[in-house]
Amino acid sequence: MPINLYILLAVVLFCIGVVGVLTRRNAIIIFMCIELMLNAVNLLLVAFSKMHNYAMMKEGIATGGSDGQLFVFFIMVVAAAEVSVGLAIIVMMYRNVHSVDINFLNRLKH
Amino acid sequence: MNNVFQIAYWIPLLPLIGFLINGLGRKQLSKSLIGIIGSGVVLGAFALSIAVFLQVKSGNTAALHYFDFIKVGNLSIPFEFKIDQLTSLFLLIITGVGFLIHVYSTAYMHEEKTEHFGRYFAYLNLFIFSMLLLVLGGNFVVMFIGWEGVGLCSYLLIGFWFKNQEYNKAANKAFIMNRIGDLAFLIALFWMAAKLDSVSFDTVFSQASLAKLSSLDITVITLLLFVGATGKSAQIPLFTWLPDAMAGPTPVSALIHAATMVTAGIYMIARSNALYSLAHLTNDVIMYIGLATAILAATIALKQNDIKKVLAYSTVSQLGFMFLALGTGAYTAAVFHVMTHAFFKALMFLGSGSVIHAMGGEQDIRKMGGLGKKLKWTFFTFGVGCVAIAGIPPFSGFFSKDAILLSAFQKNPALYVVALFAALLTAFYMFRLLFITFTGKFRGSHEQEHHLHESPPAMLLPLIILAVLSIVGGLVGIPDVIMHGGDKLGAFLSPVIPVHEGHHVEASTEYMLMGISTGLVLVMIIAAMYIYKNFTPTETKGFGKVLENKWYVDELYDRVIVKPLHWFAGFLNNIFERVIIDGLVNGVGKLVNYGGRQMRLLQSGQTGTYVLLMVVSMVIIFALQFFLRKG
Repeated sequence: MPINLYILLAVVLFCIGVVGVLTRRNAIIIFMCIELMLNAVNLLLVAFSKMHNYAMMKEGIATGGSDGQLFVFFIMVVAAAEVSVGLAIIVMMYRNVHSVDINFLNRLKH
Repeated sequence: MNNVFQIAYWIPLLPLIGFLINGLGRKQLSKSLIGIIGSGVVLGAFALSIAVFLQVKSGNTAALHYFDFIKVGNLSIPFEFKIDQLTSLFLLIITGVGFLIHVYSTAYMHEEKTEHFGRYFAYLNLFIFSMLLLVLGGNFVVMFIGWEGVGLCSYLLIGFWFKNQEYNKAANKAFIMNRIGDLAFLIALFWMAAKLDSVSFDTVFSQASLAKLSSLDITVITLLLFVGATGKSAQIPLFTWLPDAMAGPTPVSALIHAATMVTAGIYMIARSNALYSLAHLTNDVIMYIGLATAILAATIALKQNDIKKVLAYSTVSQLGFMFLALGTGAYTAAVFHVMTHAFFKALMFLGSGSVIHAMGGEQDIRKMGGLGKKLKWTFFTFGVGCVAIAGIPPFSGFFSKDAILLSAFQKNPALYVVALFAALLTAFYMFRLLFITFTGKFRGSHEQEHHLHESPPAMLLPLIILAVLSIVGGLVGIPDVIMHGGDKLGAFLSPVIPVHEGHHVEASTEYMLMGISTGLVLVMIIAAMYIYKNFTPTETKGFGKVLENKWYVDELYDRVIVKPLHWFAGFLNNIFERVIIDGLVNGVGKLVNYGGRQMRLLQSGQTGTYVLLMVVSMVIIFALQFFLRKG
């Protein structure tokens, strides 16, 4: 499969994430959109890594260029930890203002 | 090296110690103790000066190197003294006349509060110290320290009665005028240091370094030094401070006019004669300025009614004579006149102090008259001073003035005529002063007449000593035509000041010149006696008015310099300061304030807005990266 399609998919996912972050007010949905953007980038990493891997294999190096794929696993682990922190913040927010609408979060201004 | 020279540093150090003791202890010490310390240190310096003089007279001179004062790169300026014939002569004048003035002051200033009495003597000692430093200095920098010191002390003493605003103004005037001259001196000093890497007299005046200087260098340096001298020695155009310096106590005037301060300029040029003898243009400038000052001040003195003002303008005029002598290359004659002038001018100032003391502070001669009967000693000594300054042989003024007139004649007979005219004016106004003050009827109030009394011995003794010196002081410089080898002063100074080679003048001509000047002076004295013996004050009209108002020089300076300067300062204050500087500073503040208020609107607190802004900015950055990428 040509790399273009992967890139296109990643771009689409990323844009959905961006638009979601910009337009929605629900903290959880914004959070999900951020995850979407993150994973769009992950997808790109994997795709490019595989492409690189093919090129190296033709030169006889079997595992060359596969670092990106390993890297993605680490990112996923870190993202999981970050998600737990983020969700905890959202829970705390709900407890305080009984809402997850980010427009209530304008206290910093005052 | 001789023992006397090894302790020569005590000469300036003693007055400095006196200054410190009197200055710091002015509230604790008693008046008599202050007087004893103040006069005693100067007497000590005088005794040492005599020892140094005798040593120098037997042919020894010294260059004393104390420590490195400034050492930068190639330039090395040590703190050094140079004691030679010229220095030792000035040491004697300064400490000798200075001591007499100190003694006189103990009586004259006795009415002052102890605290001010101590302050007065502290300043006086500091004055002597500065002047001694000036003449002892072995390079231009040490000289400059003393040079500045006397400027400071004159300011302090002229403004001694600082509660009177007019006196403060006079003090400021003296200080500022001196500063103008000092600046020129300083530039000359830098110029010298830049060209020669040295400011020591011995180095600068050596043939080798004189050869290094182009004629332009020499002209500029000498002219700048001369401008410095015009400030200190009250020559055109910087002379107006000296008559105003009358604001200080009378003995201070005597000190400024006779022993210290105004002689500094003469000393400096006489010291630099090696430079000046190469600068013909400068010499001409000095000559004409000196002559113009002599005439101008003499004419002003004709119509002054303040006893001290007459003497002050007389000093300016006599200084003009000295500069005339310097300009014609007769350095010895100038130094000679400094010496004799120190005697009779100190005498007359102290005498006028005695008169003012008797009159209870009155200085206007129109309100005096007939004082000769009550103040016999003052009258007598003052008369001696007048005869001496007028130039009647064998009084001291005759010899020194004659030497100057002769040097003018050698240069150009026309110069001689003008200088003689100034000398005649001198005789006239001095005797006008004498007759108005001491003869005729008393014109003051009855209380003053009752109050009239002769001054105490502490004031009379200096007068008598100075009177004796004024009579015999000229005998050290008898011209060769009268007595071969009579010019002892010239012979004494010859190692420092090469003997002046003018056009040779026949002995008969010289006798004739002396005869003419003496005869005309006598005529002037008789004229003054005839006009002013029974003086009654009248309103002056016409040209006399111009003279009475000092040719309106002060008014001219006020118009041309002071007023425009005030206007310019006002402009800077009102326009430049308020509008431009303040506008700039306040503008920066206002801009930041305004910017902050506008930027504050961006912080809405809406998370969505922040995110939007972030995304938009990122997109813009990417777009810029993409489109502006090179290659």
